[in-house]
Order: sequence, then C-alpha cells, then structure tokens
Amino acid sequence: MTRSTIELPVTADDYRIARYAAAAIALTVAEAALPSPLPGIKPGLANIIVLVVLTRYGWHDAAWVSLLRVVAGSLVIGQFLAPGFFLALAGALCSLGVLALAQHLPPRFFGPVSASVLAAFAHIGGQIALARVWLVPHDGVFYLLPLFATAALVFGTINGLVAARLLAIPVAAPVTTPATPPSVKAAS
Amino acid sequence: MNERIPDPAPGRPKAGPSGPGAGDDREPPSPPFPERGLGGKHTDLLRELLAHATGDGHLPWRRLLKPGDWLLLVCAAALVAASYPLLWRGGVADRAIVRRDGQLVTELALNIPRKYAVAGAIGTTVIEVQPGRARVLSDPGPRQYCVQQGWLTRANAVAICAPNHVTLQLAGRSGQNGGYDTLNY
Repeated sequence: MTRSTIELPVTADDYRIARYAAAAIALTVAEAALPSPLPGIKPGLANIIVLVVLTRYGWHDAAWVSLLRVVAGSLVIGQFLAPGFFLALAGALCSLGVLALAQHLPPRFFGPVSASVLAAFAHIGGQIALARVWLVPHDGVFYLLPLFATAALVFGTINGLVAARLLAIPVAAPVTTPATPPSVKAAS
Repeated sequence: MNERIPDPAPGRPKAGPSGPGAGDDREPPSPPFPERGLGGKHTDLLRELLAHATGDGHLPWRRLLKPGDWLLLVCAAALVAASYPLLWRGGVADRAIVRRDGQLVTELALNIPRKYAVAGAIGTTVIEVQPGRARVLSDPGPRQYCVQQGWLTRANAVAICAPNHVTLQLAGRSGQNGGYDTLNY
C-alpha cells in the first residue's frame, strides 16, 4: 500500500553489471542441466561472459559478475551453501586472481584465449585444492588431476574462442546504451 | 523477447544471422510488456551471444588466436600430457617395507616374486611379493584382517597385522613419500 521509502541509488554501472551477471546466471542454469561425466567437469560457459566483461570493462566489473554469478546461480539451482557452492566459489576466486594478473599480459600477443585457459586452470586448481583440504582429505583426488586439467584445457580454449569471437564484433553498443537506466527506473 | 524496436544500435540486427534465423528473429508480433527494460536487454544479450556464436560471416576461428595464445596453448597441452604418466607413475609402488614394532625389518623390491617370513609377537607372518604387488599371505592373528586385505598395489598402501605387531607398507619411487600421511602438490 505504502511506497517503499528506501531508495537505493543505482548507477549505470550497476545496471550493466546486473545485465551481464544475469546472462552468466542463465548460462550457469542451462549448464546445470547438462550431464557431467565426472563431478567438477563442466564447460563453464558463464566464464565467457566474465571474459567479455573483463576485456570490455575491466577486472572490477568482471569480479562482480563472476561472484554474483556464483551466489545467485547457486541460489537458482538450489545449491547455495552446499559443497558445490563452495567449490564454485573457490574456483571463481582463484580464476579472478589469475585474471587480475593475466589482464596485464601484452594484448598484442595474448588474447582472450590465453586468459580463458589460465582462468580455467586456476578454476580447477582452486576447486581441487579446496576438495583436498575439506571434502576429500586424501591424496586420491590428485589422481583425477590429469582429467580435470584436460577438461580445463579443452573448455578453456573453447570458451576463450567464443569470447574472442564475441569481442571481435564491433557492436558493443546494445549493452552500453545510456538510455536504459531511466526507462528501467520508470518501470520499477 | 521484447523492446527490440527502440534499440538504437544499428549493428545488432545486421550482425545477426542473415539466413533462416533472421525471419525467426522477428517472429513475436506484439511484445506484451513493452517497457520491461531489464528482461528485454537480458534476452537481447543472450540472443546476441547465441546468434554470434552460430552465425557465419565472421573471422575464422584461428584468426582469433594470437601468437602468445598459441604458445600458451602448446605449453598447457604439454603440461597436461606430462601430468598423465607423472601422476599415474607416482602411485605405483616399487618396494615393500616390512616393520615389526615400528622398526624396519626389511625392504623387498617388487620386481622378483618371493616370500618372506617375519617373526612377530605371537607367531610368524608370511609376506608374499609378486611383480608390482605384495600381500600378507598368512598371519597368526585371530581376525586375519591384514590377510583379507589382499594384494596391495599402490604406493603408501598399508596392511597392519596388529596382534603380531607387523606392518607391510608399499613405497613409491620417490622414497621420501613414505614418511608423510598426506601430500600436497
């Protein structure tokens, strides 16, 4: 009945991050429907979005999108605070750390594919490290490392190629139109 | 699926699929909620992603790779390939360590089949070694746990015959592994 008196100031950056995070969450949910041969081996399609955001808007936005994706994606799937959530969080934090370094690679020689492969390895590294420390306190998890590393290489390359192809498209305009925030505000 | 018309960007429809997908794109005739900006933008982004991932008329895939990318991919592939034998060989045992009361009795190489008898607290434990594996063949203990454990094949695997105070442990190639409960790489 009464209008909410709490007005949170929302900037254009927030809308942009929210849009990308929504796309990443959608990919996470779609990916959750795919059967996986081994727990932990996933294409990681949402990382395409993170790579695009990293290249277009920098690490800060990419970190927001990645972490929002982990939290909200797990809420949607129903895995929030389940072991899979913490594994995903560990992987996301590790890959963000690596991406923070990888974005300083000379862009003349290194494209999104390098960042994607490095981030994929960091992702799987963080997950295995957490699994070893917390979930499976036995060295047996390391016997699976070659399989995980292979998956990281393959999917990292594919995701990087997709991100590179998306970034090669000259139109960044539809997602950065400054006209959106007022219209959204009016609708809400 | 809505708010496509006021989109000011001229490039997006052009960059979409020009073949059979283009007519599909225009199919929803009347957007029911024309001002739901976020949802429209969101689906537009996904649509953009899918259209461009499948559409043609782009750069060939290999043009997207820069020299450093190739270098990194080759290095990563080599590392991954190297990890296969490394990890699998690391788990292979090459000698059996027999202890009594924690004191080393003998070390048996796992390349020649043989049997070895150890005098323990209540009798004699017989260890059998075959290429790549070892087991406790017989033990005077009442419950025979270490005998029923069967063949040990992995490095750091242990069979403990507690009543007779005898243990059989396998060790891998890098000898220092045996002293650790856990390992991190």
